[in-house]
Amino acid sequence: MPQLEEKPRVFLEEYRLKNAANDYGMADEKWNFKKFVKNFRIVIVRLDNFEMEFDLIGLQPAFANAFRRLMLSEVPSMAIEKVMVRNNTSIIQDEVLAHRLGLIPLKADPRLFEYRPEDATEGTEYDTLEFSLKVKCTAVKSQPKDSYRTEDLYENHSVYSSQIKWQPIGNQASVHKEADVGPVHGDILISKMRPGHELDLQLIAVKGIGKDHAKFSPVATASYRLLPEITLTREVVGGQAALLQSCFSPGVIGIDSEGKAYVKDARYDTCSRNVYRYDDIKDAAILSRIRDHFIFNVESVGAMAPNVIFVEAVKILRDKCKSLLDELNSF
Amino acid sequence: MSEANKKNIEWENTKGLREPIKALEDKWKLVPSFLQVKGLVKQHIDSFNYFINVEIKKIVQANEKVFCDADPLFYIKYLNAYVGTPDLEEGFNVTKAATPHECRLRDMTYSAPITVDIEYIRGNQRVIKNKQLIGRMPLMLRSSNCVLTNKSDFELAQLNECPHDPGGYFIIRGQEKVILIQEQLSKNRMIVDEFKGAIQCQVTSSTHEKKTRTNVIVKNGKYVMRHNALSDDIPIAVAFKAMGICTDQEIMQLVGSDDAIAKKMAPCIMECHNLKIFTQNQALAYIGSKLKVKRFQTANTKARTPVDEARDLLATTILAHVTVENFNFYVKAIYLAIMVKRVIEAENNKSAIDDPDYYGNKRLELAGSLLSLMFEDLFKRFNWELKSIADKIIPKVKAAPFDVVKHMRPDLIANGLFTAISSGNWTIKRFKMERHGVTQVLSRLSYISALGMMTRVNSQFEKTRKVSGPRSLQPSQWGMLCPSDTPEGEGCGLVKNLALMTHITTDSSEEPISRLACNSGVEDVRLLGGEEINHPAVYIVFLNGNILGVTRQYKKLIKIFRMFRRRGLISSFVSIYPNHNQRTVYICSDGGRLCRPYIIVEKGNPLVQQVHLNELNRGIRKFQDFLNDGLIEYLDVNEENDSHIATVEAEIDPYVTTHLEIEPFTILGVCAGLVPYPHHNQSPRNTYQCAMGKQAMGTIGYNQKNRIDTLMYNLVYPQCPMVKTKTIELTNFDKLPAGQNATVAVMSYSGYDIEDALILNRASIDRGYGRCLVYKSAKTTMKRYSNQTSDRILGPSKDATTGKVIKAHDILDSDGIAAPGEMVENRQVLINKQMPPATINPIAQGQQQQIEYKEVPVTYKGPVESYIEKVMVSANAEDAFLIKILLRQTRIPEIGDKFSSRHGQKGVTGLIVQQEDMPFNDRGICPDMIMNPHGFPSRMTVGKTIELLAGKAGLMEGKFHYGTAFGGSKVKDVCNELEKHGYNYHGKDIFYSGITGEPLEAYIYSGPVYYQKLKHMVQDKMHARARGPRAVLTRQPTEGRSRDGGLRLGEMERDCLIGYGASMLLMERLMLASDAFSADICGACGRLASRAWCHACRSSAAVSAVEMPYACKLLFQELASMNIVPKLTLKKYC
Repeated sequence: MPQLEEKPRVFLEEYRLKNAANDYGMADEKWNFKKFVKNFRIVIVRLDNFEMEFDLIGLQPAFANAFRRLMLSEVPSMAIEKVMVRNNTSIIQDEVLAHRLGLIPLKADPRLFEYRPEDATEGTEYDTLEFSLKVKCTAVKSQPKDSYRTEDLYENHSVYSSQIKWQPIGNQASVHKEADVGPVHGDILISKMRPGHELDLQLIAVKGIGKDHAKFSPVATASYRLLPEITLTREVVGGQAALLQSCFSPGVIGIDSEGKAYVKDARYDTCSRNVYRYDDIKDAAILSRIRDHFIFNVESVGAMAPNVIFVEAVKILRDKCKSLLDELNSF
Repeated sequence: MSEANKKNIEWENTKGLREPIKALEDKWKLVPSFLQVKGLVKQHIDSFNYFINVEIKKIVQANEKVFCDADPLFYIKYLNAYVGTPDLEEGFNVTKAATPHECRLRDMTYSAPITVDIEYIRGNQRVIKNKQLIGRMPLMLRSSNCVLTNKSDFELAQLNECPHDPGGYFIIRGQEKVILIQEQLSKNRMIVDEFKGAIQCQVTSSTHEKKTRTNVIVKNGKYVMRHNALSDDIPIAVAFKAMGICTDQEIMQLVGSDDAIAKKMAPCIMECHNLKIFTQNQALAYIGSKLKVKRFQTANTKARTPVDEARDLLATTILAHVTVENFNFYVKAIYLAIMVKRVIEAENNKSAIDDPDYYGNKRLELAGSLLSLMFEDLFKRFNWELKSIADKIIPKVKAAPFDVVKHMRPDLIANGLFTAISSGNWTIKRFKMERHGVTQVLSRLSYISALGMMTRVNSQFEKTRKVSGPRSLQPSQWGMLCPSDTPEGEGCGLVKNLALMTHITTDSSEEPISRLACNSGVEDVRLLGGEEINHPAVYIVFLNGNILGVTRQYKKLIKIFRMFRRRGLISSFVSIYPNHNQRTVYICSDGGRLCRPYIIVEKGNPLVQQVHLNELNRGIRKFQDFLNDGLIEYLDVNEENDSHIATVEAEIDPYVTTHLEIEPFTILGVCAGLVPYPHHNQSPRNTYQCAMGKQAMGTIGYNQKNRIDTLMYNLVYPQCPMVKTKTIELTNFDKLPAGQNATVAVMSYSGYDIEDALILNRASIDRGYGRCLVYKSAKTTMKRYSNQTSDRILGPSKDATTGKVIKAHDILDSDGIAAPGEMVENRQVLINKQMPPATINPIAQGQQQQIEYKEVPVTYKGPVESYIEKVMVSANAEDAFLIKILLRQTRIPEIGDKFSSRHGQKGVTGLIVQQEDMPFNDRGICPDMIMNPHGFPSRMTVGKTIELLAGKAGLMEGKFHYGTAFGGSKVKDVCNELEKHGYNYHGKDIFYSGITGEPLEAYIYSGPVYYQKLKHMVQDKMHARARGPRAVLTRQPTEGRSRDGGLRLGEMERDCLIGYGASMLLMERLMLASDAFSADICGACGRLASRAWCHACRSSAAVSAVEMPYACKLLFQELASMNIVPKLTLKKYC
């Protein structure tokens, strides 16, 4: 058996996950800032406006989890919270319509807004965004005789999120641009209508957190996984090598020119543990994961870039720690 | 050639036969093809169509002439009868076409006029009048006269009707009513059974005129005939003699002349001799003396002698279905002889006793036959009424000649039918028939519950009796009735459901069949003596329970019949089968038999070939073509049991197999068809799901938004299940679903998931999982009274001081009806209706009198507010204003709401967890729901685990997997698909704890499972009370949630407190917290005093107040009122 590097591991056994017997550095070791700084690394693997993959290396799971939890539930974002229904003759019920509107992600940057005070009845330009949605479905006058497509027959038969119009209050028009506050996606279907149906709604968006309602969560999902690691214990050649290769995700196991299997890149293995299905190669691989190597995956809903969301989460944790310390010190 | 060689060649020749039969591809497509023609509720519609198009004419024809005692020349003759198209009376004899939806909304009856052509005598003339209205017939939806038949989906949409609605029900006064299928024992069949140790042969004869029961019983070793019309049992030999079989030899020959039979019959013959009955007249006189005394003696009955009466009774009442012409009883005597023979056989051989639970002995009564019974009764009453009117009026001399048409009132028949259907009470005095609960309100909880109701079969057995026979699953129910779908509890096994392909026959004419039988060598029994009939080589042929004749070549007869049926020369629902023990051949063409289609197999080859199925796929071949070409035929239960049926091609044995099953999953019904992989589940789980599928909310039809039901549950975002079954597609459940696919992780989480409780993800709920709409309706009518007053609705009242509208009337529009879109809170008024007092006299013309109106507002009750969805103002059938208000609530899942998967695994929400606390896997997926794994081992719902796998694989592939019964996607294929997409082969993933962030030690089985939200929600059940209303009489707290009642401390709880000795607590619970009352008691006489004054002692000196339960004081008073004086002895205690 090849000597393993001294890393904290969890072994993926056939029927359970098991922490390494000598759990290096994770169990009861006292936290040491210097050591942490020395070991801690962040590697950004992939980043675009909506998605980011990055590695947090050398971190306790409690921290990684804290960031994940904060991104899901405590990093604020803007969402439609109140819907004033002036007229709704569509077939969608007021409550359902309001619920649907609430779930539409908005581009507005929550950092530019404040939380609306609980007792406030009227929103101000600093804590509220107002939108309106006014659509009326009508029959097209020159109805083509040979067409039964809804597009040809009716005007506004489908209401999309792009039809939501921003209504700046106070000084908002000069501070924000319309393109920066409205719905992230213009093609979200809100309702379908037929002639005679009409929507006249006033939408009020406020800042909130995911703990309150999932619509305030700035991420579609934020999660992490541990870095997979595959160790081959013996030489695997020929048919067995091909079989072994098929047990892992594509690109994880390579076969060299001699037909010998080797671990090419374990990072993107899905850890499906299908090797254990074959008795003849079961013993050839040890599957494990590195317990302090977190591969984060953050999918933003669109208001903030994923890297920003992560930084916000870190800030929230910092603030929480600060306020805890303040509380403790005040005694 | 050597013997071995010969055999070899023979073996070679049969090679084609020995090769395995190739499985037919897409054979299951015959099922949708079958359902396309017939629909899911074809049995109801077929039966009703037969009634309104054929049977109603027969009934009218059977009762075609009405005579009158007063005028011998007067008569009415019905020439023809018709049921028209549905319409509504708009007053002043104006009618307009009706649509079912309008009837539902306006509380009207969806019915069509019944018209007749009549010929009658007016004065001295013979008059013919066509299209005379005599009544109204409630119309079954989608029957031949309904406006919905043969309409396209677009046309149906214009009629506000859902294209997937099966029809088959009635709309009576706005209510949808189903006439349930009733199961009964066959009519006109001999059934030998053991009753209290004695063997008897029973025949229930049923004709249009009479329903009677005749028994042949063993009594003290002798055979007797028993009948309700006779006060005593008739010795069988006497009965034969009364039928004109006077010699003992003839009797013996008819019954059978073997020694065994002779020995048994000898005492009977002896008995007859002892009674000194030798001639027919003597026998008839004997029977005449045993007649039940009639209560009403009219001039007619008195004139007749007992002999005449007995002869009449024998001819028309005893074994009524065997027709007797000119008092020639020979056929009836043979029938009776066969009954006796059956009893003797059963005595010798217990296995000859019939099984009354055998499904071949059962007939199902459908809407058509039940309605025809009711209609015939009403029609007879209608004619009788016409006759009595004619009797009364004709003798009177009048200016205008008597015109009977003027006295034909359609109300009698119309109201008779309407009330029968709306109340479900089927009372027909003529047959002494009194049945309750024949109809039920169509349950519209979900689409499936409505469909399930249409296939329900109700048994006539008493539900309270503890017998297992009728309740247990009979092997002969195979393919006809669903083995899973039956309720638990008292109706278990008695209430059944039809399987998917079951067809119920309607009556078809006997005449061509008897002619064909005679042409195929059946000899008329009237020409034969007893010796010939009982010859061992001869088979007796029965047609619908009547003796047709005998044949020597029964095999040929059966073959001819089957050939004729396959060629379409006789009705495809005629069945023929032999019974070798009884040496009989039965031919059936009667209605109510269960049957189902099978592929015919000849010489080991199914006649349906791949070519035919390809043609079916291309749409150039329909199900009827398969029938017409003789590739498929219908078998009823009896013939099915005479056939050798292979379930799959591989089972075909070339030498014996006669038929091939079309698709095995069709043995299940509509409800059981929703379960994916039911063949992997423990059987009661499928039964539980059948009950729960009916409580699941979802969609009830495309027209659900146009309906105003008293209660309707809808899911906001219903989904089609990831794992479908063929039945789901056939029943259109995928288009009208009731449930959502939840990502389930099978693991334990906290302690809030014990006892099947579920953990829900808060974020999933926020995003719309399990959200439902609850619609309720409020309704009122504004009546007009005979004293010229009417109800009225006033606008909102204002507070006298502030001038503002009072709170209760806040949501009222100026017309006094709540406005759409408003939010209604508890006790707010929906309709501000007022009623005039009933006592005032009619107001004189022009005199305006101030009337004190009484307020009778329609108010909203409920702890949670609702919104007003819509308001309907219309007029009902009595021309009164009808106002319906539809109220809506949106409900979000909360702790205590009930959910269930499709495997009979129900559970309530135990905890709702924030998303960040939920476990998540490598891909960042948080489950919507966590289910405790302890739900699996004892329930053995393996189907659910497979559903999860197949659902997960389907998600990755972007397709639906099938969990069809006895088929569906294979676990192996599904798992390979999972593996292909990088998942674990066994469906178990690595999950991280959402709380600690570390990987969980166990691999978690997770994936999508279709979950149904059931109608039981905490919001409708929560109840608590501190103070509240009390009952007037006892002053104790009221009972029940609806009356805001108290929570009872019952006897058992009381026993605990007594045992513990907590007397003061008992005192507090049972008196102080209930009905404490301070009664004045006179210490001197010990009786109750009133207002500190004892009336008996005429003093208040000894009166003291005693605390006691009010119920106690009440008891004393009640006892006193019965002259029992309870006295209390008072003592000072401190």
